[in-house]
Amino acid sequence: MDFIQLLASGLANGCVYGLIALGFVLIYKATEAVNFAQGDFMMLGAFVCIGFANDDFMGQGFWIAVPLAILVMAVFGYLFNWGVLRHMFGQSQTSIVILTIALGFILRFIAGTIWSHEPVSLETPFAGQDIRFGGVVLGVDEMLVVVVTIILTACLFVFFSKTKIGVAMQAASQNQLAAYYMGIPVKRIQSLVWGLSGAVAAVAGILFASKGAIDPSAGLLGIKAFAAAAIGGFGSLPGALLGGIIIGIVEPLSSRYGPPGVSQIAPYAILLLVLILRPGGIFSQTQKKKV
Amino acid sequence: MRFVFKTSYDADINWFKHKTQAFWYFLLFGLMMAIPLYFHFLSDPYLLGEITSVMIFAIAAMGLMLLTGHTGLPSLGHATFMALGCYMNVIYLNAGLPWLLAFPLAGLTAGFVGTLIALPVLRLHGVYLALATLAMSILTGDFIVLLEPWTGGISGLAVPDISIFGLEINKYANPYLFYYLVLVVALLIIMAYRNILRAPMGRSFTAVRDSEISAQAMGINLTMTKSSSFFLSATTAGLAGALFGHSAGYVTNETFDVVMSITLLMMIVIGGLGFIHGAFFGAIVFGIIPVAIANGRSLLQTSFGINVHIPGLENGLFAVILIAFILFEPMGLYGRWLKVRTYFELFPFYRKDMFRRQKSYLKTERVQ
Repeated sequence: MDFIQLLASGLANGCVYGLIALGFVLIYKATEAVNFAQGDFMMLGAFVCIGFANDDFMGQGFWIAVPLAILVMAVFGYLFNWGVLRHMFGQSQTSIVILTIALGFILRFIAGTIWSHEPVSLETPFAGQDIRFGGVVLGVDEMLVVVVTIILTACLFVFFSKTKIGVAMQAASQNQLAAYYMGIPVKRIQSLVWGLSGAVAAVAGILFASKGAIDPSAGLLGIKAFAAAAIGGFGSLPGALLGGIIIGIVEPLSSRYGPPGVSQIAPYAILLLVLILRPGGIFSQTQKKKV
Repeated sequence: MRFVFKTSYDADINWFKHKTQAFWYFLLFGLMMAIPLYFHFLSDPYLLGEITSVMIFAIAAMGLMLLTGHTGLPSLGHATFMALGCYMNVIYLNAGLPWLLAFPLAGLTAGFVGTLIALPVLRLHGVYLALATLAMSILTGDFIVLLEPWTGGISGLAVPDISIFGLEINKYANPYLFYYLVLVVALLIIMAYRNILRAPMGRSFTAVRDSEISAQAMGINLTMTKSSSFFLSATTAGLAGALFGHSAGYVTNETFDVVMSITLLMMIVIGGLGFIHGAFFGAIVFGIIPVAIANGRSLLQTSFGINVHIPGLENGLFAVILIAFILFEPMGLYGRWLKVRTYFELFPFYRKDMFRRQKSYLKTERVQ
């Protein structure tokens, strides 16, 4: 029973990691850049939603706050790409990595200044409710996390492989110059994908904050999500989710059954192992560059 | 405007381009040698300690510069190599090795371990290396706790004094000697760095940075080049870490955290990627900003009565400066200085796009 309980809560945590990882993968798939601030996007999304919903702040209620927060983050992602990243078009990937790390610092600072560094949690209509299966207690919030994650991943998967914009995004990533020649507005496509990724981050943040307290340094979770994305294979949407779930499940299990100190190390140890044994991740999409 | 008339092939790789340049560098060297005298007269060596720690960070930044600036491989985990160097140095010293042996050995150990970790990832492209090194950087603190018998874990580890042929050097008892020691190490590393850059190895580093495909086509072994760059870089960072340990006197599991790794990266970007000078400029900026913020804060408080205390302000400010640099001056402070110098050297013939680089358009490495 204990084991199944741990498994369930690990699954819910893993889905949040998976959602953040999904945000990375979206950006990576469409622009070949890696957003090291994705965890902070998630944190900001959660705080924007808290700012709209909680009684301490604007108190507009959960159902109004959620779409508003998603919209705000989508606009934020779009504007960030439009205002900052677009001017770096053609620069090396290293500078984009460094830029997004710096952005993470700024977002943490902004969130800390506006909403303080105290942990807060989102006031939801379903807080504290749970469903019992035999001896296992499942929170409604945890169930919701899993369901929303699976639906979102499925939608994004279809979006990327079937719709016109999705295919254009893949083309823009495969070869920017060739995509230009084919008439794809690469810059606008990239902004769109950043907006989409901001929205996904907001969903992840809202789910995270409805399940437990969040503070501005929660953005560091993004690093775990990173590990998730790399374990699953960068560039693969189901892979990101799988990686997130693996990490989410390994964490509580290793802290319950493993020696002390192992649970913090476990996710990164798995990451290093995967990078060493199967460098491309589980759903590997990388191959050696051919000259 | 100066014309250097080259009469031999050596003119391309000489230490100094011309005599005036050599004069300025020797003047700088003389100044650096004379600084402790000034503080000795002042009999307040506090600032000297600050200068020393700036130099230690400049050494670490040089390590990262070789990897990121000259080979084009981003690393988010150089604090780990500093930690390795620091702890190995103490372990060797406690085992009874003389400092002159323990110090280089500590650097080499950091280099070997770093290369072992990075080797599998080096075959993939930059982002994976950034990830693996980031993971490594996060794990550092936990590993230090796990290896408590050697590292002291949470309670920390005291760093013994340096002893060279009976000469005891302690940062607090004798800051002047410690300064000279760090200066000598920094100088030796700069000389080694310069020599590597003008040798075939350094040329292959830059070739790999500029285009892996064309480097490969010229017969450069990519993995070998990348791993030797990583080895040299980690070794330098390890040496800096060992010096940092002597300077701090006491290290715990929280000393070498992720923020330190990221700070190193910010340093070299602000200083100027791809220039040895950049490492020093970056370290100087990062030495000055906290002092400037503290001064500004106390100025606001005493003269205007405004109490500014925002937690995380320093990191936020660093980040804004960094983004501004990447957007408006990707070549960093040293690049700006080069532009200003060229402007005056060529006056009035300087053109706006003289330093413009070829843009690179991304292509995926994934199979679709």
